[in-house]
Amino acid sequence: MTRIGRLFEGLKRDRRKGLIAYITAGDPEPGRTAELAEALVRGGADLIELGVPFSDPIADGPVIQRAGERALAAGTNLKVVLDIAAEIRQRSEVPLLLFTYLNPVLRYGLKRLAEDAAASGIDGCLLTDASVEEAQEYVAAMHASGLDTVFLAAPTSTPRRLKLVAQYSTGFVYLVSRTGVTGERDAVSGAVGPLVRSVRAVTDLPLAVGFGISTPEQAAEAGRQVEAVVVGSAFVRMIERNRDNPSLEIQLESFARELKHGLRAA
Amino acid sequence: MTPQPDPGGHFGPYGGRYVPEVLMAPIEELEKAYLEARDDRAFQVELAGLLRDYAGRPTALWHARRLSEALGGARIYLKREDLLHTGAHKINNCLGQALVARRMGKRRIIAETGAGQHGVATATVCALLGFECVVYMGTEDMRRQRLNVFRMRLLGAKVVGVDSGSRTLKDAISEAMRDWVTNVGDTYYLLGSALGSHPYPMMVRDFQKIIGEEARRQILESTGQLPDAIFACVGGGSNAIGIFHAFLADGGVRLIGVEAGGRGDGPGEHAARFRGGAPGVLQGAYSYLLQDENGQVSLTHSVSAGLDYAMIGPEHAWLHDCHRAEYVACSDAEALEAARLLSRTEGIIPALESAHAVAEAVKRAPRALGQVFLVNVSGRGDKDIDIYRENFRELDEA
Repeated sequence: MTRIGRLFEGLKRDRRKGLIAYITAGDPEPGRTAELAEALVRGGADLIELGVPFSDPIADGPVIQRAGERALAAGTNLKVVLDIAAEIRQRSEVPLLLFTYLNPVLRYGLKRLAEDAAASGIDGCLLTDASVEEAQEYVAAMHASGLDTVFLAAPTSTPRRLKLVAQYSTGFVYLVSRTGVTGERDAVSGAVGPLVRSVRAVTDLPLAVGFGISTPEQAAEAGRQVEAVVVGSAFVRMIERNRDNPSLEIQLESFARELKHGLRAA
Repeated sequence: MTPQPDPGGHFGPYGGRYVPEVLMAPIEELEKAYLEARDDRAFQVELAGLLRDYAGRPTALWHARRLSEALGGARIYLKREDLLHTGAHKINNCLGQALVARRMGKRRIIAETGAGQHGVATATVCALLGFECVVYMGTEDMRRQRLNVFRMRLLGAKVVGVDSGSRTLKDAISEAMRDWVTNVGDTYYLLGSALGSHPYPMMVRDFQKIIGEEARRQILESTGQLPDAIFACVGGGSNAIGIFHAFLADGGVRLIGVEAGGRGDGPGEHAARFRGGAPGVLQGAYSYLLQDENGQVSLTHSVSAGLDYAMIGPEHAWLHDCHRAEYVACSDAEALEAARLLSRTEGIIPALESAHAVAEAVKRAPRALGQVFLVNVSGRGDKDIDIYRENFRELDEA
């Protein structure tokens, strides 16, 4: 079992909800990502998703698109992200999930990535554009190195597809709260409830919900029905606005703490 | 080599379905709707009627005598897709897909466009059939194809400029996919080339293969023989797959796809995927892709916006690997010169995209005495007049 599996066991035992924080690795520059991640962990983030920037991020809204552009301009690539992960791992046992698109992974090599990621202390991987239909080799390579493969379930997914998603996922299943790209929204989508029920019907895996969650209230609302919530664009926007501000880490830490506080009400 | 993809949409290893999970069920629904339409006689009859009475099919096959004489070799025939309503082959696919969208009960159609020809064709069919229409276009392409931007707006479409990445076709597709992923319920994504996730490469090919079916019949009537070689430009590759397809089983017919050689061989200087690319995944499909050593998609350049794209359609990747088709590149300068030659010898001003196909035929014709060449003139050059003016300044000053 990976750190991800142990995290969800611990959350269940302690009857609390997990906070998953997404940041784009290398934004604003690779040298700063580890300390930003550590600030999030100090604030209570239970799992860090490290986004690997890709030139054509079709699933991402403008906030994460811009972060990816900054990270790429600062020289970030998959190898650099693995080095960042190793740096975080030296100081923390927080579970780490790579979050990216298929092409950088194919170019690096599936088997090579699985081995190098495991050696860097990565626990799993989520590829937004790898449909379960096209994922067999990828899943086999990751599992052979003891890494989790997390897949997305969406409000549009049919029952047949949800079964496949659950079958290929290990660690947890990531529920997309609504149709659309990543980014903050005013309210939690009404699609979450029915989606949670449909996925529970086909798997016992823990569930996390993400896309559009950016406030403690939204985290509480979404968290009621699942084991963890994912917040991404709100953190990334904070990094964008305060990247030259010495208090950035303190701001990230305290925002993570507010979200965790919200989740206590879930 | 099979002319049909496998059930997962693979041509050999290429193609497939590489999209976020949100889009997977809608894509399955689209495939089902398309396959039902394909087998529905009423659908085929309606489409054939629109292609004939609205778009202007069949298009002519023209024996380009003066061009052939000027080159002193092959007999060159032109398939005149430039004569279609809206000025390019794109309307074939737009009419077909819009009828599929209507069967699916969609009310809103979105599209991407590079040169603007697919955008204009989409705006046209949306006006004809009463769909709301939004077209995404890179701001760099909006600048160099201003005429088409205005045509789309005149037709009632909303044109949304895309200011990310290279501000060309690739970025317009990404933005269209983001719209689709957000509005899947009522929106139909009318993809313009033989690209993207299955079923698009197959469906677009099926709607374009009429080009080759007509041309095969016409050239047999005119010459009593099959052509020795067929030339078509390849961006995503819909006009090329459209004219190639009817000839796939004719082993003696050479199929030649012409990519954009741009202004040089360096990264970012061209869009010749078989020259500098390697297989990868972009915007739904696995195919040859111009990318760097980290798997980031490379910037591309071509004087022709319609060929300025980092990936080639998956069926072309497969035809390439099977050696059934060959792929070459012509430079910006060669395409421009070929456009001038065709204009002066035949009175036909081609689109810059199509000029790449003409350029390759021009290169080979002098050494091909006794052979029959078939060139797909996929579009007309009105939209490119500003670029021709910039490149032939002496004509403006005369």
